[in-house]
Amino acid sequence: MRTTRLSGWGRYPIRECRLATLRREEELAEWAATSTMIARGNGRSYGDAALNPELTLSMLAMNRLLAFDGARGVVSCEAGVQLADLLQLYVPQGWFPPVVPGTAEVTVGGMIAADVHGKNHHRDGSFGRYVESLRLATGDGDILTCSRDQNANLFRATLGGMGLTGIVLSASFRMCRIESEYVRTETLGTPDLDATMKTLEASDDWRYSVAWIDGSAKGEDLGRGLVSRGDFATADEALPQRAAPRSRDHARPQLAIPGLLSVALNPASVRMFDSLYGRVGRLRKGMQLLHYTSFFFPLDRVRGWNRLYGRRGFVQYQCVLPVSQSSQALRAILERVATSGHMAYLGVLKLFGEQGEGLLSFPMPGYTLALDFPVRPGTLELLDSLDEITTAHGGRVYLAKDARCRPDHVREGYPDLPVFKDVRQRSTNAKCEFSSAMSRRLGL
Amino acid sequence: MNQGKRPAVGTALVLGATGDIGRAVARRLGHDGWELQLAARDPQRLEAEAKDLRLRGASVSIHECDVLREDGSVSLVDALPTLPDVAVCTVGALGDQSDGEKDWRAAERVMRTNYLGPALLMGALANRFGERGHGVLVGISSIAGERGRRSNYIYGSAKSGFTAFLSGLRSRLHRSGVCVVTVIPGYVRTRMTDHLALPAMLTAEPEDVADAIAVAIRKRRNVVYVGRLWRDVALVIRAIPESIFKRIPL
Repeated sequence: MRTTRLSGWGRYPIRECRLATLRREEELAEWAATSTMIARGNGRSYGDAALNPELTLSMLAMNRLLAFDGARGVVSCEAGVQLADLLQLYVPQGWFPPVVPGTAEVTVGGMIAADVHGKNHHRDGSFGRYVESLRLATGDGDILTCSRDQNANLFRATLGGMGLTGIVLSASFRMCRIESEYVRTETLGTPDLDATMKTLEASDDWRYSVAWIDGSAKGEDLGRGLVSRGDFATADEALPQRAAPRSRDHARPQLAIPGLLSVALNPASVRMFDSLYGRVGRLRKGMQLLHYTSFFFPLDRVRGWNRLYGRRGFVQYQCVLPVSQSSQALRAILERVATSGHMAYLGVLKLFGEQGEGLLSFPMPGYTLALDFPVRPGTLELLDSLDEITTAHGGRVYLAKDARCRPDHVREGYPDLPVFKDVRQRSTNAKCEFSSAMSRRLGL
Repeated sequence: MNQGKRPAVGTALVLGATGDIGRAVARRLGHDGWELQLAARDPQRLEAEAKDLRLRGASVSIHECDVLREDGSVSLVDALPTLPDVAVCTVGALGDQSDGEKDWRAAERVMRTNYLGPALLMGALANRFGERGHGVLVGISSIAGERGRRSNYIYGSAKSGFTAFLSGLRSRLHRSGVCVVTVIPGYVRTRMTDHLALPAMLTAEPEDVADAIAVAIRKRRNVVYVGRLWRDVALVIRAIPESIFKRIPL
């Protein structure tokens, strides 16, 4: 164990934390006397969810596979196994995780704790839906198996529970069959918000869909973007790609951002990036076959892209709004951002399907919008004002991205929070409380 | 889609296979198609690693071995079902310098773990490899073995001895077709260094060591520093005159 400065992916906030690594379940006994701790995966949540100054327990060395049922595609593994690792092993065997977030550099434990969603949420729901069971180390020193039949309340609290119910040691989840490593995709340009939303709604037949929004567009152009949608290619459809050289292993980024280059992005360079992206988008319009790594994890190619925002880090604002309110609320949010003088360079819009199973699961039927902001004077005030809009329209923010929200907004946005707290308190009697800088900030 | 396993490129023995570097080496070599023999003290922990590696497509056997036991190396080498083509020794432990200064047993343990045990194992394997006429022996030593420093000379002296042993072994075997690789990592983030605040720029992950070893085996290298900078650091450390070096609080 040592003391070190830790942060989430956004590099804001940074906290001095005592950091230890768990290598085997048996080693948990070493921390039995610790009064508070939080488990940490690969540090891909953006804010302060995996920070605890008293003890942050890295799960990265808990990365063993435990079993694989090749008939049903059910994999059991320790919580520190990374998605990239699973992809490398199982994609060639024709299996794909049912839900993948925008990076493959996340752990299974992290995907459960944030109940992550992907481009297929409108059809397939969030990751938790595919978790059959998990083993949880609780604060009283027990290790409990949790599933829909066993410790069901704890199971529901743990899906999306941000690690606050205990330490997920291992889990079993289902994967799905794929015929090829390629995704048949189509990209459509959309001139404004209405068109972007309509195109997403009309993409229901596609398994994967998402829109990139131009964060700097104003007036009539507000909400213009590129809608990208895709389906795994069948073996026949992927045939032309077979002969072509295979895309490189995504575990090895092709481009690295060295620390020296991490100058703060200024509005000019943001605009340049945006227009470049727009140009790339135009070039790629129409149908094409993409390797799954390019389709799902384009940013994984740029190692350490979070450094691009400079020393002060960045925050991502991701909210979800109920369907009936989406159009109005999204317009209000985008207008607020456009007139604020703050640049949001990565805007992602996605139509969600059903509410997640977890008590604190983020997704609900409606639109989710994600915007990245470098931390500058006035940024946090702007985001506070976005919270007002989100809450007023019955929406909520995504905890896995959050670094700065106020407790009242989270209370309003997550109606099951009292139930969650109840389960959490019953599971952690006195000895050790699982808590994080986030849980203290938000009163979770 | 490709469902078959890669053809085995040979058999590799990983000594210390439950440690952080040992695990990374086993995973990397397994991924590269080597048939694995895992050796370590605790059979239960070995079994957990073997299960993981088998699920990743490797064929794996496990072998109990305690380098602190007097006959540890001989009994291991005798017990192996087949003589491996490659053996990687990742055994080692930092110990506590001040404990070692006060208590000879603590010092002896560090010396046994980092020098006697690994050297005798490599020696026993070297004889068999030499008789057969091929093979690669990889020993993980340490930058700490480049020179005795006041903060960890007990560990450093043992690693120094191991480095010298491997160097002699390499020279003895170089005509026999057996290759001996000395791997010299600088800081590596492992259980051994968990409690230390290490400079991020100079600190490697166990996977980096494993990658360096995989390359060294393929290219039959002699001495490999993990991270190029460390070779320069070693040069500087060795070049400082003793009259000055003894005054440096390293």
